[in-house]
Amino acid sequence: MASLVGSRVERKEDKRFLTGKGRYTADINLANQTYAIFVRSPHARASIKKLNIDKALKSSGVVSILTGKEIADDKIGGLIAGWAIRSEDGTEMKCPGNPPLAKDNVNFVGDPVAVVIAESLTEAKEAAEKVEVDYKVLKAVTSTADAMNGDTIHEGIDKNLCFDWLLGDRQKVKEAFDKADKVISIDIINNRLIPNAMEPRACVADYNAASEEITLYTTSQNPHLSRLIMSAFGNVAPEHKLRVVAPDVGGGFGSKINVYNEDIVCSWAAKKINRAIKWVAERSESFLTDIHGRDHVTHAELAVTKDGKFLGFKNETIANLGAYARVFGTVTPTYLFGPCATGVYEIPAAYTNVKAVYTNTAPVDAYRGAGRPEATYTIERLVEKASMELGIDKTELRIKNFPTAFPFKQTLVHTVDSGDYVAGMEKAKQMADYKGFEARRRESEAKGKLRGIGVTSYFEACGIAPSAAVMSLGCGVGLWESAEVRFNPTGQVTVYTGSHSHGQSHQTTFAQIAADELGVPIENIDIVHGDTDKGTFGMGTYGSRSLAVGGIAIVNACKKIVEKGKRVTAKMLEANPEDVEFKDGEFIVSKSNKKKTIGEVAFACYLPGVRDEMKSPLPEGDEPGLKETSFYDPSNFSFPAGTHIAEVEIDPETGHVKLEKYTACDDFGRIINPMVVEGQVHGGLAQGIGQALYENAEYDETGQLMTGSYMDYTMPRADNFPEFNIGYTCTHATTNPLGVKGCGEAGAIAAPPTVMNAVIDALGGQEVTMPATAEKVWKACKNLKKSNSKAA
Amino acid sequence: MGKISLEVNGRKVEKEAPDNTLLSTFLREHLQLTGTHIGCDTSQCGACVVHVDGNSLKSCTALAADVNGSKVTTIEGLETNGKMHPMQEAFKKLHGLQCGFCTPGMVMSAVDLLQKNKKPSDTEIRDWLEGNICRCTGYQNIVAAVKEAATKM
Repeated sequence: MASLVGSRVERKEDKRFLTGKGRYTADINLANQTYAIFVRSPHARASIKKLNIDKALKSSGVVSILTGKEIADDKIGGLIAGWAIRSEDGTEMKCPGNPPLAKDNVNFVGDPVAVVIAESLTEAKEAAEKVEVDYKVLKAVTSTADAMNGDTIHEGIDKNLCFDWLLGDRQKVKEAFDKADKVISIDIINNRLIPNAMEPRACVADYNAASEEITLYTTSQNPHLSRLIMSAFGNVAPEHKLRVVAPDVGGGFGSKINVYNEDIVCSWAAKKINRAIKWVAERSESFLTDIHGRDHVTHAELAVTKDGKFLGFKNETIANLGAYARVFGTVTPTYLFGPCATGVYEIPAAYTNVKAVYTNTAPVDAYRGAGRPEATYTIERLVEKASMELGIDKTELRIKNFPTAFPFKQTLVHTVDSGDYVAGMEKAKQMADYKGFEARRRESEAKGKLRGIGVTSYFEACGIAPSAAVMSLGCGVGLWESAEVRFNPTGQVTVYTGSHSHGQSHQTTFAQIAADELGVPIENIDIVHGDTDKGTFGMGTYGSRSLAVGGIAIVNACKKIVEKGKRVTAKMLEANPEDVEFKDGEFIVSKSNKKKTIGEVAFACYLPGVRDEMKSPLPEGDEPGLKETSFYDPSNFSFPAGTHIAEVEIDPETGHVKLEKYTACDDFGRIINPMVVEGQVHGGLAQGIGQALYENAEYDETGQLMTGSYMDYTMPRADNFPEFNIGYTCTHATTNPLGVKGCGEAGAIAAPPTVMNAVIDALGGQEVTMPATAEKVWKACKNLKKSNSKAA
Repeated sequence: MGKISLEVNGRKVEKEAPDNTLLSTFLREHLQLTGTHIGCDTSQCGACVVHVDGNSLKSCTALAADVNGSKVTTIEGLETNGKMHPMQEAFKKLHGLQCGFCTPGMVMSAVDLLQKNKKPSDTEIRDWLEGNICRCTGYQNIVAAVKEAATKM
């Protein structure tokens, strides 16, 4: 039987999506449901003097209006930060309370203060207009760089500082810098982004008074984790009385990791009014209240010798958390950022210091790449600048500082099990025709255009993550994953996974894995996820962990099935279990022609007896049935890596940047489905290029979001991209049985510095901040002309 | 309230709906055709594209009353006798979709492109799809799928 792992298998999920039969949360309508509209703060920072719902209550069709007072009276808990981070001085991070409905203070535009529940959506909207809130408007803090000098947002949190965290050794770094021939320094801004999954957030909450169970359908990347948080911290219901279902989910990119205010409020309110409640975000609400990403201000320095060896690295970053610290809010700018900030290089001494600050803006949390794009942008911009200042070719300088052997003990935290960074660089150069660039530059010049080339070599730590390691670093949960493999008596298989697919193709790729492990045709395998009532507790999908953690749990559960199958076959065929081999769905007694198919074994496990004989196929100690579970806790992170090369052409008359060529050569370890991996790379690249050239979330000084719609926030479109040139080097991971590493975030991690390095190369080394809009680039072109004419 | 009469996916429908009902709302809420998706509130994303009298239209930009009497085709109506349209087949074959949310609008828009331009170039495809936002695919496989479908239609 040909192996499915490694094959371009078309997706099992596609037909329903292509024929309009996908079932997203907003498509769900329950009998007798009501509609919720949230009343939100129009101010970035204010205290609530008075909230009057009398008029609104009299509005047509209103069922209930609930405010921060009721939610506090019912002791419903708030939203939480999932990781506890300690400051350099040993103090614990400082987090404000974040009630699902604000009672006394609002801290960003969009912070909800009340929910209006009515018989129809129109009536809910009309009534919401009649809720009167008297605010005392306070001065907002919106600037990341200046947040520590602003008014105190949360009582008792001085300088708006959540933590001041250090990773690394300042003294060693000082000594390294003292020995340096040259110090390259850079000031960069990692622009704030809005994830913008195409499906706006939504939830439908229902209460069954007979079973006393709340069911929440929601747009979540991790329904089990949502239930845990809503139960343990939200006090909404005990876990066995709360079912969370994340059906088809239309993209997440990190924004749907969090439990949100609306999930808690609708679940709690559904029980209170004993009716189902439906809430669907309008896109403008998504812009205001979905978590945002990135938003760092960084000063970094690299100490080098004159021949280009890296000696030391410093990274001083201010990270904006927004108004509140959410689930991955505090780990994103620390453990997901700091360890990767030294990149793919041997740098003997390094530190990363992060001051995480509160501002009156939407909470900032994990967005595709989460910390690693910020880290990669920092080091790769710095290395590119070093290559310009030292006059060493950008690829040679990188190769000179790559590790020469694996495992590679990276400076700060990670031990990278496998990789071949030189091979990745050489292949990328060949794919991009790096040698031919100078000729292409001259051609562009002849047309009056500026051409630049940019390189990035990256690695990322994903496949999060070993539980003991992450919990020692402050994570509130273990990051293992579960799988349950269940045979039906007639031989089909259902695999329950704790991972969640919101575009990642698990129904196909996980089925490929199980098909190979069990020798069962892929059409007889179903993958089930996304429902806390189906399958075992699981941790969900983020941090490129589904395959490297969830996929391995499936492999392990399948292996247990095969082990039991060998024992049963041995009993049935009167052989020694050690003599039974399993191949392509058949248990074969070695050196004989005796065998049983896995279907026959499954059947025997469920019907363990024969007519007229007292005979069981089950060996002593084995129970009937064929179902196995695995909880897989990885022994290490996984470490995808690669080199990307971009070429841009700039029109100095308009400042327009045209991305001419983009080459990505990645090492994701073993590839399960090349078609799916390509798709993941393309999508990640589009988001990374979006950050570099188009996207930017901007607040004014009063805390109003100036980019709150698709008319103001530039989403990349089809005509913004060239055809990407994708290739791989595949060094298998040594820390998991599939040899896989993860591919979901690589594009978003590598693309921003790759594109910006190309833009800045074209501009003769002039710094431009992301996004490199025509206006900024046009100004830089003017400067370039001035300096050129001076030089002449 | 007014009576909306349409031919949707080859079937005549008549429903009472408030005068301000958008075509997108009418399809989703009154006819339960939830394949047409709502991804924004400014008519930018294109997830709601359907065909009205053979031409693609963002269904959030028209009132149901405006198109009264028209023939409407939604993503649910693209199959023939249970067989997917060549555009749907091409999206599947070339991985032109991931989360599936923008897909109905993207497919409906792409089908209309090929009605108007049988052999579009890459640039023409990318220009045409400028009104449909996809956050997952980076568009590359969508462009490839449209080209593939062009060879089959």
